[in-house]
Amino acid sequence: MTCLHLLLTLVFAVSLGTPVEIQRPRGVPLTKKPFYEENKPFTCLDGSRTIPFDRVNDDYCDCKDGSDEPGTAACPNGSFHCTNAGYRPMFIPSSRINDGICDCCDTTDEYNSGAKCENTCKELGLKERDVLQKMAEITKEGFLLKQQLIEEAKKGREEKQGKVTDMQENKKQLEEKVEALRTVKETAEQPEKEAKERHLKAWEEQKAAIRLEKDKAKMAEAFLELDDNADGFVSVSELQSHAELDPDADGTLTETEVQGLMGGAAQVDTSTFESVWTNIKDKYHSEVSREESQPEEPAPVETPPEEVKEPVVDNDSEPFPEDDISEEEDEDEDDEDDYHEDDDKVRVYITQKTGASINFSDLSFDFGPDAEFTYLYSQCYELTTSEYIYRLCPFNRVSQKPKYGGSETNLGTWGSWSGPENNKYLVMKYEHGTGCWQGPNRSTTVKLTCGKETVVTSTSEPSRCEYLMEFTTPAVCQEPANMDLLPHGHEEL
Amino acid sequence: MAVISIERMGLLSVFCVCLFFSSAFAVDRGNFKTCDQSSFCKRQRALKPGQSPYRALLETLELSDSRLTLQLINDNNKVHLLLELYRLQGNMTRVKINELKPLKPRFEVPDVLIAEPPTEPLSVLSKDDNGIVLSLGAESQRLIVSARPFRLDIMEGPEVLLSLNSRGLLAFEHLHLRKDTQAQPDGAEVKESVDGDQQQDEVEKDEDGEGDKEQDGLWEETFKSHTDTKPNGPTSISLDFSLPGVEHVYGIPEHADDLKLKTTDGGDPYRLYNLDVFQYELYNPMALYGSIPVMLAHNTQRTMGIFWLNAAETWVDISSNTAGKTVFGKMLDFVQGSSEKPQTDIRWISESGIIDVFIMLGPKPSDVFSQYASLTGTQSFPPLASLGYHQCRWNYNDQEDVKSVDQGFDQHDIPYDFIWLDIEHADGKRYFTWDPHKFSQPKEMLQGLMDKRRKMVAIVDPHIKVDSGYKIHSEITSKDFYVKNKDGRNYEGWCWPGNSGYPDFTIPEMRAWWASMFAYDQYEGSMENLFTWNDMNEPSVFNGPEVTMHKDALHGKWEHREIHNIYGLYVQMATAEGQIQRSGGVERPFVLTRAFFAGSQRFGAVWTGDNAAEWGHLKISIPMCLSLGLVGVSFCGADIGGFFKNPSTELLVRWYQTGAYQPFFRAHAHLDTTRREPWLFGPENTALIREVIRQRYALLPYWYQLFFQAYRTGMPVMRPLWVDYPKDTVTFTIDDEFLIGSDLLVHPITEEGSRGVTAYLPGAGEVWYDVHTFQKHNGAQNLYIPVTLSSIPVFQRGGSIIPRKDRVRRSSACMENDPYTLYVALSPKKFARGKLYIDDGHSFNYDTKKEFIHRSLTFANNALTSSNLCPDCNFLTSSWIEKVLILGASKPSKVVLKMDGKETPVDFEFDSSMSVLTLRKPGMNAGDDWTLLLQ
Repeated sequence: MTCLHLLLTLVFAVSLGTPVEIQRPRGVPLTKKPFYEENKPFTCLDGSRTIPFDRVNDDYCDCKDGSDEPGTAACPNGSFHCTNAGYRPMFIPSSRINDGICDCCDTTDEYNSGAKCENTCKELGLKERDVLQKMAEITKEGFLLKQQLIEEAKKGREEKQGKVTDMQENKKQLEEKVEALRTVKETAEQPEKEAKERHLKAWEEQKAAIRLEKDKAKMAEAFLELDDNADGFVSVSELQSHAELDPDADGTLTETEVQGLMGGAAQVDTSTFESVWTNIKDKYHSEVSREESQPEEPAPVETPPEEVKEPVVDNDSEPFPEDDISEEEDEDEDDEDDYHEDDDKVRVYITQKTGASINFSDLSFDFGPDAEFTYLYSQCYELTTSEYIYRLCPFNRVSQKPKYGGSETNLGTWGSWSGPENNKYLVMKYEHGTGCWQGPNRSTTVKLTCGKETVVTSTSEPSRCEYLMEFTTPAVCQEPANMDLLPHGHEEL
Repeated sequence: MAVISIERMGLLSVFCVCLFFSSAFAVDRGNFKTCDQSSFCKRQRALKPGQSPYRALLETLELSDSRLTLQLINDNNKVHLLLELYRLQGNMTRVKINELKPLKPRFEVPDVLIAEPPTEPLSVLSKDDNGIVLSLGAESQRLIVSARPFRLDIMEGPEVLLSLNSRGLLAFEHLHLRKDTQAQPDGAEVKESVDGDQQQDEVEKDEDGEGDKEQDGLWEETFKSHTDTKPNGPTSISLDFSLPGVEHVYGIPEHADDLKLKTTDGGDPYRLYNLDVFQYELYNPMALYGSIPVMLAHNTQRTMGIFWLNAAETWVDISSNTAGKTVFGKMLDFVQGSSEKPQTDIRWISESGIIDVFIMLGPKPSDVFSQYASLTGTQSFPPLASLGYHQCRWNYNDQEDVKSVDQGFDQHDIPYDFIWLDIEHADGKRYFTWDPHKFSQPKEMLQGLMDKRRKMVAIVDPHIKVDSGYKIHSEITSKDFYVKNKDGRNYEGWCWPGNSGYPDFTIPEMRAWWASMFAYDQYEGSMENLFTWNDMNEPSVFNGPEVTMHKDALHGKWEHREIHNIYGLYVQMATAEGQIQRSGGVERPFVLTRAFFAGSQRFGAVWTGDNAAEWGHLKISIPMCLSLGLVGVSFCGADIGGFFKNPSTELLVRWYQTGAYQPFFRAHAHLDTTRREPWLFGPENTALIREVIRQRYALLPYWYQLFFQAYRTGMPVMRPLWVDYPKDTVTFTIDDEFLIGSDLLVHPITEEGSRGVTAYLPGAGEVWYDVHTFQKHNGAQNLYIPVTLSSIPVFQRGGSIIPRKDRVRRSSACMENDPYTLYVALSPKKFARGKLYIDDGHSFNYDTKKEFIHRSLTFANNALTSSNLCPDCNFLTSSWIEKVLILGASKPSKVVLKMDGKETPVDFEFDSSMSVLTLRKPGMNAGDDWTLLLQ
């Protein structure tokens, strides 16, 4: 409706060349003109009552919904429409009519207040088009950059995945060694068995978490595989190509069956894919594995390490990559710190062994639907204000350091994506920073906007110890809409 | 309890015990003195009622036309006092007692009385050896002076209204030289304690040893490592008052306590000593930020007031012969015809100065208000905008922040008039300056607000950073305007900016200079929509005794001890004067103060200081503001949401609902709290808060008219029920609901999770209308009202007419020319009356040029008439009457508007379910004479 309306007015503008005022009561948008027929009784738009037409815009509120006073301030809940030719039309609350403040750029809201308003629609329109154009450019370039980022991330991940496989191979060998040693050790150290059992539970939990993480990774992989057209959604047809998922095993995977698997949705994105995954994961064959008919993941480690503090690091062998899944270790409260310490040791060790460029812990982060945020990992971005130097290290921490000496304050460590429901990747939350005196622990909200550059553009502290950071990155740039759809020069008549 | 029993063991041990206890469980309490820790209070309180040593020397009586003087003698030490009695116009009596020949002059508080009160003739009716009977004017009122012991009784007919020194607690510590620094004077001069005979034994003992003297705090006393050198020694004064037939006394703010004052037997007296109390406790008599030494006494027959004009530290003891009695006990007295009449006894104790008491004899509550107003002035008439909503926070961080909060109000369609900046706005807490990074373009910011027809308040505190590069400091230094310490050097203390000086606001030249600092060319970055907030003016001195100034600091020749409670008043006075002067005397000022004294009402608004986000603090805001209203300060409010801590969403919503119906309507929050602008709690709560702020704005015409009335007559705006229902004893203790003017009754919800409240609707034979539903309820009943989170029980009195502006806009200024809707609530006799006041909303032209409209609206005999209350006034308004709602009406066949000799029919609608008659668009100008006839 609105599109059509815009289109029509555009045609008028083009064909007539000059704007023409179409007669209608003040404050009524063209779309509602048919309801206000002169010299016919007016029925409130909520249908609550009918009044003579001379009571429309007579500066007295007759309709509960305010529809009889579109052009006066009489109704508490009314709204006024300004055409704003040259800019964009808008509705303002009736209470802003003749309040002495210019709200509509075409000045139509202040027709009786004595306020001296100037028509600024043209300038605003130009300015907006300018801004939109710039934004469109940024979005366009940003989106291209984003594609590169996605490509790089994909490559990087494959590389790592390969390394993981290698390591897992190594690990397997190591396990065999450990197993052999264990048998020897067990007989020798029977009394320690009880003590070990205490660790067993924690170890089991760790394993479960590792499994979960792997499952997630698998799920993400599956999603990428399934998403043939890489539009960020898995559709019914995409899923249908996996005949092995046939629920009734009759050999054909029908569309209805697929819809059943997908919970009735026509397509799912990464977040909703999770529920689909639980439906299909047992049957799902990776295209890769199908093609190369590789064995499944190496069997999980069955043996708990002898001593938790020294988790299976052998000078001669590669460590377990799973040990880098540091988030899960928090479950072991007693040894939390030690764990982290060990974890760090292990990480350092790995880095030494494999080269600085690879860090396996990033596998556990959510780097976005297309891993487009991967490039931010292990980077830091600074912003210097009059007093402080702020530092954002994405997926790690935010900190603040006085410009002229003094120690650094932790403004929060990586928590989660916490944007709005439709796109959680617009906001990062960093939590549990240094505690405030008599207050909460510091935390930081990072708002991401599309930009060509990756920069921290501003910081503030709206509430005590709650920081707000604005951050631009190409990774949030959306595919530019068709430029033709951008408003340009349309004028309502 | 333990503390009290131990206290009797001696002062030294009390110190130890209290310090120990304070650090153990109540750090905040331990910072402030109890009566026992204040040596004069302890000395005075040790006096027991009984035989007074004072005798009136009747032969010294001198009577001029309106002034009677008489000498009193203390038979123990032979010191002569001079008693002065005045009959004041408007049914008041002034009693002054000073030393006849003090060693040096004693301090008398200036600048509180608006003028020397006009007197009326006194005449002696009879005189004999035992006393004198004086006539107090035309009524059958007499003043009886009894000679031995000295005593005053004010009688009306056979009834004693009030007695002075009836319990013999008059005590006057006369100035004398310290014994150990002086050759032995004559015997009468050496007594160094309260001049009561009970004390004599102890005094004699004290004189035996120097050490004891020090402990008694006569010439020096120490509290928490702060030593008060007391070069003048003991100077305290005390007097008792008996009020026969009185069980209810009110006033003497500021205390976080119930409206009805409690007896103080067994506990501390109510303390009046302006203090910056960190996280104050509820329901105790501790001193807070302000002091108004005025007490009201009320019974079904009469309302009286006692104004104790003294600015030194003051304690007030209250006892009652019926306080301990149960309802059953009282009933038994009644049945058995007990002869004992209820009586309340009051005792005022001040550290220095003279006794100067005004006895306001009423008899009606409104009489007492006008009597007190005739002495100290009325509430300043505030700019209309200041009755709107104020958005404050410590702190809005920078100009960007201010802008986005301002926009937030528009985005969420919530009206507001003022946004506030706390101490962080200034450059290093140097008031009158702006932080160069955060507020680099203050005029740009103020212009942005002005474009929205909104205003700003920036804080200006009275502590001045000691910094030679700071203009304010260097000018005060060069003009020698700082308060001095006991050694005559500039007094310095620790406050927000660090080391600070305190301007001596008692010096008129200093106040004039301070006022001149508000000129637009002096206060850089200020504009006409920038107003001021005076905080920390008790004064707060972080490292001073009890977080305030040392009593031996010097204001010229007077010690801080003498003037302490009036310091804050002077700060606000000078600031308000500055705002008036910057506009050439045209514009009304708006200044908020935390500290106050009698007379502060003339200079602006007060708030109840640093409260907390707790339900108890929401509840206490009602009696705290009611108490202030009773003693002249109508423009009162509490920080909405609570200053310290974070309120729950429910508490915040309830606080907005309460605050919207209290005079000063400001949200404020501590630096450490999370943001709480009205739209941060989800759309539903935003809608609830928006709704109640809108209710406030719709009622602004009523609030404005009430403030005009308060300014004219001294009638409180927010008042206890008993003020309007003085014979209804049920109302005497009600402080969980209140009246706004006479016509709106509000019962805020102050309990968490409340599903219903019981409101008392006063007035037998009267009716009240629910303002939201127009449902009619009978008076003199307890009405149970089921509530939801959106409920705020408000009732309009049957018999009243309230003008509203129902077109709520984004600020009060935007509503200036909007039309009125009249809410006519009929009494059972189909009568109603109200007033409408209109002026420009911001200038003094209402006063200097009589530019206002004041109209009486009366509904009687089925006709609603607007008539002019000020025929020689002239003001033109473009506001008109868009609608008239008549509640409790019956359906007319025809409605006619009579105006200028013409009759025009008016459309109407009648809702028979609620008996509401709505007159559609009668359309007359709000300043015109007109009559609407229902036929």
